[in-house]
Amino acid sequence: MSEPMIAAGNLTRKFGDFTAVDHISFEVKKGEIFGFLGANGAGKTTAMRMLTGLLIPTGGEATVAGFDVYSQAEQLKRHIGYMSQRFSLYEDLTVRENIRLYGGIYGLTDEELQSKSNQLLSMLVMEDFQHQRISSLPLGWKQKLAFSVALIHEPQIVFLDEPTGGVDPITRRQFWEQIYKVAEEGTTVFVTTHYMDEAEYCDRVSIMVDGRIDALGPPEGLKERFKAESIEEVFIELARGAERE
Amino acid sequence: MNSFKGFIIKEFRQIYRDKRTLIILFGMPVIMMLLFGFAIRNEVENAKIMVMDNSHDPITRQIISKIDASRYFSVEGNIRRFEQIEELFQQGEIDEVLIFESDFARKLQRGEQPAIKVITDASNPNLAQLIQQYSSAIILDYQQSLAGPSAFQQKGIAVNVNMLFNPQLRSANLFVPGLIAVILMLVSALMTSISITREKEMGNMEVLLVSPLKPVQIIIGKVLPYLVLAFINVLTILALAQWVFDVPFRGSYGLFLAESLLFIFTALALGVLISTKANDQQTAMMVALAGLLLPTVLLSGFIFPISSMPQILQWISNLIPARWFLVIVRSIMLKDAGLFFLWKETLILAVMTAGFIALSVKSFKVRLE
Repeated sequence: MSEPMIAAGNLTRKFGDFTAVDHISFEVKKGEIFGFLGANGAGKTTAMRMLTGLLIPTGGEATVAGFDVYSQAEQLKRHIGYMSQRFSLYEDLTVRENIRLYGGIYGLTDEELQSKSNQLLSMLVMEDFQHQRISSLPLGWKQKLAFSVALIHEPQIVFLDEPTGGVDPITRRQFWEQIYKVAEEGTTVFVTTHYMDEAEYCDRVSIMVDGRIDALGPPEGLKERFKAESIEEVFIELARGAERE
Repeated sequence: MNSFKGFIIKEFRQIYRDKRTLIILFGMPVIMMLLFGFAIRNEVENAKIMVMDNSHDPITRQIISKIDASRYFSVEGNIRRFEQIEELFQQGEIDEVLIFESDFARKLQRGEQPAIKVITDASNPNLAQLIQQYSSAIILDYQQSLAGPSAFQQKGIAVNVNMLFNPQLRSANLFVPGLIAVILMLVSALMTSISITREKEMGNMEVLLVSPLKPVQIIIGKVLPYLVLAFINVLTILALAQWVFDVPFRGSYGLFLAESLLFIFTALALGVLISTKANDQQTAMMVALAGLLLPTVLLSGFIFPISSMPQILQWISNLIPARWFLVIVRSIMLKDAGLFFLWKETLILAVMTAGFIALSVKSFKVRLE
């Protein structure tokens, strides 16, 4: 049994009197696809920021990839990948320049950059477009590229913050195939989403309500427990009880 | 280190590819220089004058031709009746009317003081004042030449005016230092704050913060290109000032460039400060324009002299970095002042800069939220 990729115990974050994240505890195993669900304002983003070393918790403990979020935030950052809803590619740079930029930021050497860029471009079948600016690419391509770029330094775990926002169903489907592929290769995937069908694709999901994790388990198990047809029903059932918007 | 280098290269690339940024960075300084240099002047040239000569003697004719001969005025014609004056001004074609009283020459010879009435169109007060002064000066000059050496025997106070450092009262000498301040604010503060908030707005800042890049590196990476470009702008303006507008440069280039660098730092710190507060490019732009550029233009002494401002505005002007920078640059360029005379202004600027940097470091959210 290997060490968990993420281990959070009573992780808490307060902003003044407001408790954004309220004593959450969970573990994520290596190679697992972990769905992190919750309505807007439930505390997902705050939790994610603590786990990515952006925000210091006010209480509890957490390690990510074996690094402590309090004391080892800098090392932690080197070992995780991150992709946000907005893809975060530079629109006025070319495909290749974006790859090199992010690779460089994560400390890849020139030779590594060279081989990694070529490898990535051929994997995405984008060699012909490598000198095109991002702004000229279709959304689905940007998304795929952003995901690959987030993995360029071969992190042990990748955080995806609503990665499929505003993308059509077919592209979403393809994106999830990509996620499965990297998970099979051993990368842990931590993903937030508002699409409940995507939640069904996860190995396990957690549902946050009012800063707490109200449900945690494999989708099948949750459906059984809440006597629901789908995760969507489970989610609505739980979210209805929320006191804050 | 590789990561930092790549980040800076990316910034230069983005600037180079963004046409609008390029125009502001390199077009604006030149356009502003040319505009201020050729179009906006405080000097008078060829002001139009009408004459109502009730005397028609050799003296009045001499005065009129002397005025007409100067490059400041051109005499457009004669009028005979007072009533015409108002009409002329209303048409707006005439800037000044000179009225000579009758028997002008004879009165002068008798030792009396014949009067010349100078009427100007004061709907443009600055212009009116200027041409009135110019014409008085010409008339006075003529009077002295008439009186000759015997002028010493005349009673009364003789004022000897001596304009130092800018004897031709050329406005180019005055606006160039001000323009340097305005352009540096524009390039360093405005452009930096926009470019940093763009990273925020597009969501790139999030990714950068999650990356191993340190916040300090992100800020330096964003600021460094603008530092270089602002410095190039200083050199451009200086070159234009010297070779196109013949503005003298009497002081030390080294000191001038060092002080400019200090002011660039001030502006950059302000830009970063704005970007830590503003969440989108529009807010950053509005704050930079209204909060930095406007005071730099209006309250720094660039256009309006500080000493003639109401007391409150004079106090406020002390808070404006450009006010101090202007004193420094004018002193270096026109008076060859050294650091010995400018240490106070330099110190104020340095302290301000340090303060702005401290503030922006404090409010830069290392850890978002």
